[in-house]
Amino acid sequence: MKPAAPAPLLAPGHTYATVTDHISSMVLARTPRWWTLAFAGAFLLFLLFLFAVSWLFTKGIGVWGVNVPVAWGWAIVNLVWWIGIGHAGTLISAVLLLFRQEWRNSINRFAEAMTLFAVACAGLYPILHLGRPEVAYWLFPYPNAMGLWPQFRSPLVWDVFAIGTYATVSLLFWFVGLIPDLATLRDRARRPLARIAYGVLAMGWRGSARHWHNHEAAYLLLAGLATPLVISVHSVVSLDFAVSALPGWHTTVFPPYFVAGAIYSGFAMVLTLALPLRWAFKLHDFITPRHLSAIAKVMLATGLIVAYGYLMEVFMAWYSTNPFERFVTVNRATGPYALQFWLLIACNVIAPQVLWFRRARASPKLLFALSLVVNLGMWLERYVIVVTSLHRDFLPSSWGMYSGTIWDWMTFLGSIGLFLTLFLLFIRFLPLISIFEMRALVPEAKRAGEAP
Amino acid sequence: MTPPAAPRLYGVMGEFSDPATLIGAVRAARAEGWRSLDAFTPFPIEELSEALDLAPSRMPLIVLLGATLGGLLGYGLQYWTAVIDYPLNVGGRPDHSWPAFIPVTFELTILGGGLAAVLGMLALNRLPMPYHPLFGVERFALASRDRFFLCLEARDPGFEPVGAAALLRRLGAREVWEVEA
Repeated sequence: MKPAAPAPLLAPGHTYATVTDHISSMVLARTPRWWTLAFAGAFLLFLLFLFAVSWLFTKGIGVWGVNVPVAWGWAIVNLVWWIGIGHAGTLISAVLLLFRQEWRNSINRFAEAMTLFAVACAGLYPILHLGRPEVAYWLFPYPNAMGLWPQFRSPLVWDVFAIGTYATVSLLFWFVGLIPDLATLRDRARRPLARIAYGVLAMGWRGSARHWHNHEAAYLLLAGLATPLVISVHSVVSLDFAVSALPGWHTTVFPPYFVAGAIYSGFAMVLTLALPLRWAFKLHDFITPRHLSAIAKVMLATGLIVAYGYLMEVFMAWYSTNPFERFVTVNRATGPYALQFWLLIACNVIAPQVLWFRRARASPKLLFALSLVVNLGMWLERYVIVVTSLHRDFLPSSWGMYSGTIWDWMTFLGSIGLFLTLFLLFIRFLPLISIFEMRALVPEAKRAGEAP
Repeated sequence: MTPPAAPRLYGVMGEFSDPATLIGAVRAARAEGWRSLDAFTPFPIEELSEALDLAPSRMPLIVLLGATLGGLLGYGLQYWTAVIDYPLNVGGRPDHSWPAFIPVTFELTILGGGLAAVLGMLALNRLPMPYHPLFGVERFALASRDRFFLCLEARDPGFEPVGAAALLRRLGAREVWEVEA
């Protein structure tokens, strides 16, 4: 008996023209009312960010409640959280392209945009945390009158290069994929200003077979280059912790488990964004139940890897026989931050187990709620890692407690506002689904491939 | 009533409504001896590169060079700063502590390759090119929507507008235009 054919990735009845028209009309039509409202809300949050950061610059990072022994607080938690979210975009656009997973075609564009904006938010935190943000450029190696160079043996310098490369390559990959779609918008825009703007950005793309020939090669090569970045960026971030000699941080499981956590939280964010977009722009033909189910399965798989990481941390603490490691592990579960710890276990380990059920994977409402839960859980995970290892120093006389202040809250919520502001601008002015890659999914295009 | 001097032509272009006809037309035109021709499609079609007998893209070589250059520069930068220009004893480790230099070398390799991929693709495709004669044909805007075009270019030694237009029509073009240079 032949297995049933998989559900189509594109609802039946679509042609090149309908796909093109639907996606480009989201950009070229009049601004929808919900967009204006959403943008106003996001922009208000962004203003909150500017306010919180202005206060930070005026008073110094003391307003954040960080002090010895907990000198790394929400800023580092937020950095790791945001950068982790970005990873799903790269995984979807690069790794799934190389594996010829065609279901990525309808979600890769906005997932890549999510990556870019998440990395932008992430990159701000270390700079804000510098205390002297005006000299952030000292992080880069440039000939200077002080005769100094960055210390290349430090993971913190590796971070600068890892995140800088990640942001640049993600931007390039995104732009190369956008060029043919910008040409579509140039050809379909009516207003002169839009025609000129899209025309300049499309750079004269004509869709010539010779263009596509090189474009395809460049796109695949960029995917090949971005694939190791999916692994390396969060590994380097995890080394900020793992290279230190601190119990609870100094562990070899960190790089792979950070990467799995990054993909886990990133796919959760893809769902958080995809489900409202699907509803607002009526994208049910393009983002089908099969897509949601595939995303849910990736979340379940990476969630299990993350759970394995937690288990290994506990095992290694016991197996190492190191009393400090054992103390940190027990203290996480039973100490003053036990609430955060158990909440994180509930969010990241227990909640996603509902995804074993087909009905759960088919319910957009449940998936949306779960994506928020996982995002919260991943934030708590980083909070627990950063704070619990620091608040109990080696000497009990140096022990302390830490909690974020109102300025931490405002900066964090404000950075969500920055993210949403950028994302809303993106969906208003650029096609949020890759048009040329969707055309290739149209049944006629599939048949053309079999032509003599 | 003909104009005093016929306009110089870039080529003759035909519109097709599906990729299979276009691929067939490209093969037939090449069989008839056409060498300066190009096809335009709303999405990449592998068979077209084959039908046009395009040489393998030079992108892989360009990216290899870019990535190698990035990696060498990255390692060289670290070696020169940490060993020659500003040696700093960190916990008694050797100045040339190469394992610590690998992450930055790796990142700059990727960065060099990525920049080479984009700049190389643009250079090979002669982009940006704000103006092109084909944009003079109004229907050509559909090349980015749902239509497929084949242009027989005037620089082909065997070019002759009337014959070229007839050939395109014979091969299934719905409509044919002379494209002014």
